[in-house]
Amino acid sequence: MHITGAQIMFIIFSAVIIIFSILTVTSRRILRAATFLLFVLIATAGLYFMLNYQFLAAVQLALYAGGIIVLIIFSILLTSHISQKFEPISWKKSIFAALASVAGIIICLTTILNYNFKADSLAAIEIDMKIIGRSLLSYNKDGFVLPFEVISILLLAAMVASLVIAKKAKTKQQ
Amino acid sequence: MIQGIPLYYFLIVATIMFFVGVYGFLTRKNLITMLMSIELILNSVNINFVAFNRFLYPDTLHGHFFTLFIIAVAASEAAVAIAIIINIYRKFTNIDVEKVSEMKY
Repeated sequence: MHITGAQIMFIIFSAVIIIFSILTVTSRRILRAATFLLFVLIATAGLYFMLNYQFLAAVQLALYAGGIIVLIIFSILLTSHISQKFEPISWKKSIFAALASVAGIIICLTTILNYNFKADSLAAIEIDMKIIGRSLLSYNKDGFVLPFEVISILLLAAMVASLVIAKKAKTKQQ
Repeated sequence: MIQGIPLYYFLIVATIMFFVGVYGFLTRKNLITMLMSIELILNSVNINFVAFNRFLYPDTLHGHFFTLFIIAVAASEAAVAIAIIINIYRKFTNIDVEKVSEMKY
């Protein structure tokens, strides 16, 4: 069987995603778990590059890998010792959770593999920054100005809310 | 660039990643690791959206933009969650979900 380069890249990316996501949820050192999560997110950006969504891959790298992981690592450093190890979880809990996950995987995969997706043979549109910017701010068909504005308000609200929650309460003595 | 890779392969990878995230959410006790499991789940959903957009509706950009919005929601969710976690740590000096059992201010 002939294997193309794209298939090899896909196999590498999906192997990285699956192996490191399992390590993320089972590692007993919290800082290592965060680092494994970083590898998963970078491999996901690789999948976006394979699907020809360069802008989305750049956003994934900058926001997820650059922003959220740094935030998580900061909060790990603020709340726990680096060398701290979790106690091993009880085998009963772990077995039941694994059973639930495996059952979910089997149900979803049988449903997905039995469904006949009708692939569209329409020509793919060329995606460049001009099209992305135009459709983010247009209100015609294929325009996304309403969710764009809602997201901007949500981001502002989340920023103000996290500042209000995390700031130190005033002590009575002052 | 996507010759020889059917849509099903992307869906299989995303499904496995989703349920690994569910496993982590069920077994972990530390709040930050639970947050990391949620990030895994959101990320697998993003892969699904992008793969459907590229394979089934290549003439539109709906899945692409939906993924952008999901990433924005995930970022704001992580910011608020970490603010709450730091506040919990300040009051109880640990962030284990089984040891923090009061809702009292």
